[in-house]
Order: sequence, then C-alpha cells, then structure tokens
Amino acid sequence: MIEVRGLTAAYGRAEILFGLDFEAQAGEVLVLLGRNGAGKSTTLKTLMGLVPSRNGEVRLHGERIDGLPAHRIARCGLGYVPEDRRIFTDLTVRENLEVGRQPPRAGAEPWTPERLLRLFPSLEAMQSRLGGRMSGGEQQMLAIARSLMGNPRALLLDEPAEGLAPIVVDHLAGAIRELKAAGLCIVLSEQNLRFARRVADRACLIERGRIRASGTLEEVQPAYAR
Amino acid sequence: MTVLAVKDLSKSFGAVHAVHGVSFSLAAGELLAMIGPNGAGKSTCFNLLNGQLAPDAGAIELDGRSIAGLAPRDIWHLGVGRTFQITATFGSMSVRENVQVALLSHRRRLWSLLPLAARHGCAEADALLARVGMLEQAERPCALLAYGDLKRVELAVALASRPRLLLMDEPTAGMAPAERDALMRLTTALARDENVAVLFTEHDMDVVFTHADRVIVLAGGALIAEGTPQAVRADTRVREIYLGGADD
Amino acid sequence: MSYASVLIQFLNGLASASSLFLIAAGLSLIFGVTRVVNFAHGSLFMLGMYLAVALAPGVGFWLAVPLAALAVGAFGAVAESLLLRRLYRAPELLQLLATFALVLVIKDFALWAWGPEDILGPRAPGLAGAVTIAGQRFPAYDLFLIALGPAVLGTLWFLLKRTRWGMLVRAATQDRDMASALGVNQKGLFTAVFGLGALLAGLGGALQIPREPATLGVDLQVISDAFVVVVVGGLGSIPGAFLAALLIGEIKSFCIGLGFSKLTLVAEFVVMAAVLVLRPWGLLGKVRAEVRGAGALEPPLRLPSRGALLGLAALFAALALLPALHAGYTLVLLTDVLLFALFAVSLHFIMGPGGLHSFGHAAYFGLGAYGAGLLVHKASASMGAALLAGPWLAALGAAAFGWFCVRLSGVYLAMLTLAFAQITWSIAFQWDAVTGGSNGIVGIWPSPWLSGKTAYYYLTLAACAAGIALLWRVCYSPFGYALRAGRDSPLRADAIGIDVRALQWAAFTFAGFFAGLAGALYAFSKGSISPETLSIPRSVDGLVMVLLGGIQTLTGPVWGAALLTWLQDAVARGVDYWRAVIGGVILALVLAFPQGAAGFLRERFAR
Repeated sequence: MIEVRGLTAAYGRAEILFGLDFEAQAGEVLVLLGRNGAGKSTTLKTLMGLVPSRNGEVRLHGERIDGLPAHRIARCGLGYVPEDRRIFTDLTVRENLEVGRQPPRAGAEPWTPERLLRLFPSLEAMQSRLGGRMSGGEQQMLAIARSLMGNPRALLLDEPAEGLAPIVVDHLAGAIRELKAAGLCIVLSEQNLRFARRVADRACLIERGRIRASGTLEEVQPAYAR
Repeated sequence: MTVLAVKDLSKSFGAVHAVHGVSFSLAAGELLAMIGPNGAGKSTCFNLLNGQLAPDAGAIELDGRSIAGLAPRDIWHLGVGRTFQITATFGSMSVRENVQVALLSHRRRLWSLLPLAARHGCAEADALLARVGMLEQAERPCALLAYGDLKRVELAVALASRPRLLLMDEPTAGMAPAERDALMRLTTALARDENVAVLFTEHDMDVVFTHADRVIVLAGGALIAEGTPQAVRADTRVREIYLGGADD
Repeated sequence: MSYASVLIQFLNGLASASSLFLIAAGLSLIFGVTRVVNFAHGSLFMLGMYLAVALAPGVGFWLAVPLAALAVGAFGAVAESLLLRRLYRAPELLQLLATFALVLVIKDFALWAWGPEDILGPRAPGLAGAVTIAGQRFPAYDLFLIALGPAVLGTLWFLLKRTRWGMLVRAATQDRDMASALGVNQKGLFTAVFGLGALLAGLGGALQIPREPATLGVDLQVISDAFVVVVVGGLGSIPGAFLAALLIGEIKSFCIGLGFSKLTLVAEFVVMAAVLVLRPWGLLGKVRAEVRGAGALEPPLRLPSRGALLGLAALFAALALLPALHAGYTLVLLTDVLLFALFAVSLHFIMGPGGLHSFGHAAYFGLGAYGAGLLVHKASASMGAALLAGPWLAALGAAAFGWFCVRLSGVYLAMLTLAFAQITWSIAFQWDAVTGGSNGIVGIWPSPWLSGKTAYYYLTLAACAAGIALLWRVCYSPFGYALRAGRDSPLRADAIGIDVRALQWAAFTFAGFFAGLAGALYAFSKGSISPETLSIPRSVDGLVMVLLGGIQTLTGPVWGAALLTWLQDAVARGVDYWRAVIGGVILALVLAFPQGAAGFLRERFAR
C-alpha cells in the first residue's frame, strides 16, 4: 500500500533522512522504532508532504505522491496523526471531525461520525465540547477519528501512546487492532517497546536518519535495546 | 528530614476542582513519583508547587518556609529547580552558557552591563556539566543537541542554584528505554549525593516502579493512594482507573 | 452638553466605529489565517476611496462603492497569490516588510493616477440630506453607516461560524499544516481570505467618500487606527474588533464633541493602556500559544575574533581619516549614515537579542530630536546641553511606552509600538504651540566651533561609534545574556529566576536612549526637525536597515543603514516616484534573500 524508495529529506541545510526504503501492506501495522531525534517524525512528515523530500519515491496504492502538496496527499488517501495531536482547540469535537471529511473511497465502507463514535465510544458524550477542553487521551482518540473522516487507505501515527495513562493505551491498542482488521495500512512511530509489541506486525529500526534493521519486532528489538 | 510539606492543597478553575485537599511530604534525597490518569490534576499540582499558579487554599512549605503563591522566579531563588516535559533551554547559547546564565542569576549578577558573561563561573559550570556527563559537549549550542542530552543540560541548569527540591515533569517522555534508565539513574545519584528531594510525574510505569522510592496517585484532583511502588501497584483502585491490564 | 447633543455625539461615534470596524475586521481576518500583519491594509482602504471617487461620476455612487470594494478585493487576492504566498515560510518581520513595500508602491500609484491634491467625493444619492433627531440635524448617510457595522459583523459571523468554508478558515487559523494534512487546500483558502479582507478594507474606504475627501496621507493614519482597534479588541477576534471600534469611535466622538479635539489622542492612549494592563490580549482576545514552527533558530553569539575586531578598528580609522582626503557632500551623507547606523543598532539591540520587534522605534529617534530642538528653541540651551539632554527625553518616552510594550510579544508588540509612535507623531504634528506643528522647529544649529561639515562629522563619528560599541558590548554582558535567555525560552528564564519583563523594559529604555542620541545628532546636522523625524516611514527605515543587514548578525544593521541611506539619497534625488522604486527594491530583496543580506552571505559562505 505504501512503498518508500530512497527517501531523503532535509531541514534547510541539515540533512535528516538518508535514503529510507520500506513498505507496508493493507491490513498491516509497520512500526518505525527509534529514539527521539532518530528521524521517525520527520519520516512521517515527509510522507505526508509537510517536510519536502529531496530525493526518492513514495507510492501510495501504486500512485506517486512525493512532491505533492500535503492536501493533495491527504486526498489521495493518506491520514496523519501527529505526535502532539494538534486538535483544533477552538473547534468542537464535531467540527474537528468535519474538517477532516473527504468523499468516500470506492470499495471501502465510508467513515461517518456515527461509525467513528462506535470505535471511540468515549467521544459520544462530548460532541459539542471544544477540542481544547479534552484530556490528552480523548484528544488522541479525536485526532485518529479526525483523520479517518478522510477515508484514508493508510494511516500515519506519530507516537500515539506517548504521554497517555496505561489504561488509555489499552483502549488505543484495541482501536489500532480494529483499524487493521478493517483493512487499513498503518505506519506508526514508537520508541516504547512495550507498546510496539502489542500492535506491530513488522518493524524498522531507524537511527540517525537511516534504517538500521527491519523485519519482525523480535528480529529488530535486539539492535534497539542495546 | 522533610524538605517539602504540602497540606490540603486546593485549586479550582470555575466549577472544576482541579486539585482538592492534596497533602503529602517529601524528604531530602527521596524520589517521589506522582502518577494518575490524564486530567487527574498532576499538572495543576505541579504548577502550584512551582509558582505558575497560586493555590486557593492549603499550604506549601519548603524547609518549613511557606512558598505558596510566590512567583516562579522567587521560588527558584529559594531552592526549587525544574525540568520541563518538553525541554526548555536557551537554544542560541552553548551548553556551558546555559549553566553560566543560571549561575549568574543565582548570584543576582544579571544586571551588570560590562563584564563578559562568557568568562563567568566557567569552572563551576564545567563541574556541573561533568556531573551530568555533558562536559564534552559544553561548546555546542543547545539548539543542536539530541533530546536526551537536553534533559541532562536541564538537570545541570537546575542544580546551579544548589536546590533543595527538584521538580521534574515527565522527565523521560520521548526517550528510548536505555536513555530513560540512564537519566533516572543519574537523577537518583544526584538526589542521594546532593541530598536533593525529587518529585516527578511519569506515565512510563517501568520508570516509576524501578526508580521511585515512593509513589502518590492522583485521580479527579484528589490523592487516592500513597506508598511504596509495590503497594501502589497492588492497589485495586489504582489498577482499575489507571494501570489497567497493561502491567503484565 | 445637552441631552440632545450627547445623543448626536453618540451617533457620530457609532458611525465612525462602523468604518473602523470594517478595516480592523479585515486586518484581523487576514492575520488570523495567514499570520501576516498586513501593513498595506490602510493602503487598500485608500485605494477603495480613490476608486470610488473615480468611479462615482460614471456609474453613480451606489454602484461605485461595491465595484471599488470588489476591485480592491481582487487586487488583494492577486497580491497574495503573486507575492505574499512566497513569503509565508519567511520570518514574520520580512512579511511585514513586504507589505510595507506595498504601502510605498500603492501610495505612488495613487499619486501617479490621481495626483497630490485631495479629491472630494459625491454625496450619497438618497441619503444626502439630514434627519432631525431630538431637535438636532444628523446626516442620513451616517445612520446608514451605523446600521452597516452590525450587518457586516453578522455576515462575517455567519460566514465563519455557520458555513463549511468558515469552519475550514477557523481550523487553518489555528494550525495551517494540520489543516492541509487533512486535505484542506490552504492556498485557495489563503487567497480567498486575503481577498475578503482586502474587500472589507476597500469597502470601508469607498463608504468613507461622502464624509471626507480622498487623500494620500490616509493610508498610514488608518492603519495605525486599525492596529489600535485590533490590539484593544484582541487579535483574530472579529467581535472584539467590533467592540473596540465602538469604544474608540465613541471616545473620539465625545472628545471632539466636548471641544477637546486635541485630547482625542490622549484619551485613546489612556483607553488602550487601561485595556492592555487589565487584559493584555485585548477585550475578547485569547492568550495565544506561540505559533507552531515559528521561532527561527537563532545562531549563537560568539565573541568576535581578533580579525573581526581589527577590521572594525580599521574601518573606524578609515572613517576618521576620510575628511583629510575628501570633503563636501560625501561627509554630509556619511554623517547621515553614521547616525542612522546608531539608530539601526539600537533597534537591533531590542529586536535581535531582546526579541522585541518594535515597529515604532522612530518615536525615540524623534523624541531625542525634539528634546534637543526644544531645549535650544525654548530654553536657549547650548548645543552640548541639548545633545546630552535630548536622549533622556527619548529614554523617558521609551520607559513609558515600553512598560506597556513588554507585556506583549510578537505582532501584538509590533502593533503597539507602532501605535505609540503614531501617537507621538500626532502630538508633534498637532501641538503647534510647542512643537511648531507640521512646520516643526527650525534654526537648530550646532555651536559655532562645530558648525563646519568636517567638525560635525567628527562629533557624529565619535558619538555614534561610542554608542554602537557600547550597545554591542552589552550584548556580551550578563545583561545581554539574560536578555537572550528571555528571548530563547521565557519559560526556562522564569524558572531560573530571571525577571524577563524587567530586563526587557530596561533594554527597551536603553535602546530608546541611543535612538534619541541619534535623533539629537540628526536635529543639529539638519538644522531643523519636522514631525517626519518620528513618522511611521522612519520607523520602517530602521526595520529595513536591520532586516536588510540581517537581524541575526551584530554588524548587519550598520551595513543595512549604509545601504539604505545611500539608496534613498541616490534615488530620491533622481526619480519622481522614488517611494515606488524603494518599495520595489525592498520587495525584490525580500523575495530574493528571505534571511537578509548578511544572513544570506553567511549562509552562502559558511562551511
């Protein structure tokens, strides 16, 4: 579903990514494992078009998306949930969802606010609440729901479990497994092995902007824990 | 010896009781973890201690002296150092200069116009940097440092005022497992050697249960459990509302 | 004052509030989404006025107004897509500079198209008469304006709160990148918002023509009024802008009605000050977190190398030796360069290390000039005494205004400094008895022994070099470090016991003193001063110098001052529409070097 070949990116003169290669299939969770500053967030932002790529190719569902502006990439079917959620705090929960709305995609059941509330029941009672009045866990659920409103083929999640209470992380892991079962391709960055273990099908270890190892989590883990 | 004593601390925002009747104390050299669900009042509690907010009621005493309602900068001068969840350093300055500014502030020398600041307290700054393992990078601007290293710089800056109490907001957020352990081991060593009391919030239960001497649990703005890591871990109420089943 | 005249003044206030609101709402809207403070907003207002005046004879007033508004809206949309779009990622100061360049270009365009004379517009057919209210006559047209304000407020509210487009605008206002990651086309949205804001400004201008003539000076007057309204109401809040427009419209109206038209400014100032002390983010504004991704990485400040110090010493020596080789006009020009270099370095002191982006630094230059001039003129002080005392008036002014300014940050601070400068300008302009009004003060000549070009050049060289050296030195002192600390991370600075606000206040005052010194030197070098010494264009000159040289370098402002002073001198003598030329040059430079010239060179040759 997502195919990345030789991706490089830079902020100004400082190069951050040096030729990444990986791919992820529909119905699969790929975890990008790495420490802070390794280039995980930048990788996801580059895929999303928020950081310009220098070189390489990104394909989504066979279509070249590198070099497109972010909103075109989103319309091609890539969803993005940033590390700090970036909820529109002055908008209500319902409005946050509406901002993300894009037309349904052929061959997939469209996401509606009703369907999303079944996935995240805790949002049900707070539809007219302002985004800024929610706890971190609720914001995370909303951020995922919001990007699902665009009916993405693939979802990028940047450290979704960071800063959440253990019990909220439980719910989150459950939701991610459900999305996977619904056929979504998920690329998730994470530095916490405990959470990665609960959701990962495969993993890539990123260090200093390069992929150091890839395979199952068990295969990659020793290189990371060291 | 009690460094920090908090009694019946309360703070409301409108009709919301963000913190309600919280009491606890902290001894020199002790690491106390504060945990609880998102929105339980941990941040409010922290902000009351460091002076960002003034309490509605209750007492906060540092070495027997009331600090409730003082401004953050005054609280710092009385001996409370802080690290932030998202590190806050002076990005355009070198690591050493960050510590030098803290030293200058501690000595209340910031208003002098002519001496060269870069020549002030180099030796002391370097000693602090050596203590946190950042001496090799003393010349680098903070804007270029790796995240884990910034956390160490924050520790060195916090130590510049010879604090009695260190407040650390999610000290290991955003760090890899090995880095987490290293930072917390360093913190423990500093606490024991310098006899500094440490209060920290944390969501990573590995960190909490490995490194804290004691744990307090907040929920809905109130203290619901307190004790050793083992006792808190076994508490059914804490498992129900916070730990969930993830702890296996 | 009778009950009836109170009512009439009240209605007058409502009418002027409506036009204030139209312009402030557009400014606020544009800022909200694009984060660009559109300096040219007053120029769009002026354009609306002229277009309506020009169109009215042909198509009639009631058609001319919407046509003018639409034309200005279309112009805004084009300007956004051709120019500003390229600058959204540039530092916000450069965006401001670009919009100021537009001010210059539009002004000269209006001068070229419609000439320098004021043009009276037609009355509004059907509303040309007056109605009798409580026994007094009141223009019917003003009643129309009074109704229009709430109508526009309601329309904007509906558009923003009840339509999908408005929802996307609100989302993009908060977080552009996230909105685009959700599939929202920012480009189209930005252009549309800019066009709408421009349309509102054009409408405000077009509607003004039955009340006042179209004139070239209206652009800067209107923009500073709009800044006051927006700052008082709260940036980005349309209802806040409405409330503030009402407040300020009424205050102005009652000051005039009570016969204290000179007090208008003072009253406006008092209101603004009171609001900012009680609610620093304006009546309905919200505390804004810093804009994401902003805070360009500031480079470290290294002690200058031996070579750099030697180079500066050599430059100083060369400047000192110059009169022996060359005299005449070059010395006059170099005197200007030197004192503007001091002015620019003092501005850089608060902008660079301090992070306080002042848009009204000319106020302190002018206060220094007027302080010195008045001492000579009114108190017959000697030149030495005037030169020493003048800067203290500037420092006093900077302390008074700075106390408010350091409570704000970012564009709020920029707008507030500009509003203060405009107030100072208005006082100098209006207080005929003391300042000589628009004529200014003439006959401020140096003492005889310094009256030669060469002698005065040496005095300027000594004073400016000393001032610049001191300002640079302080950057390396504990005070300078603490100032940078407060800029880099106010949170951390506060947590290690630094009183950031007090430091910034002191720095603001300190910089004001040196700007005043430059101003006092300027007064004696020209022999006369006029309100122009503290006008907005002078403040912008300072900004251009700092930004042209590169805000991230210590010596940049000096090169910027030299370049701009020379450019202005060369262009103004040879070209009719020199403002447009300077505006064009600024635009070209901003588009080509978004980091400033010195920043560009360093970027280019580093490594």
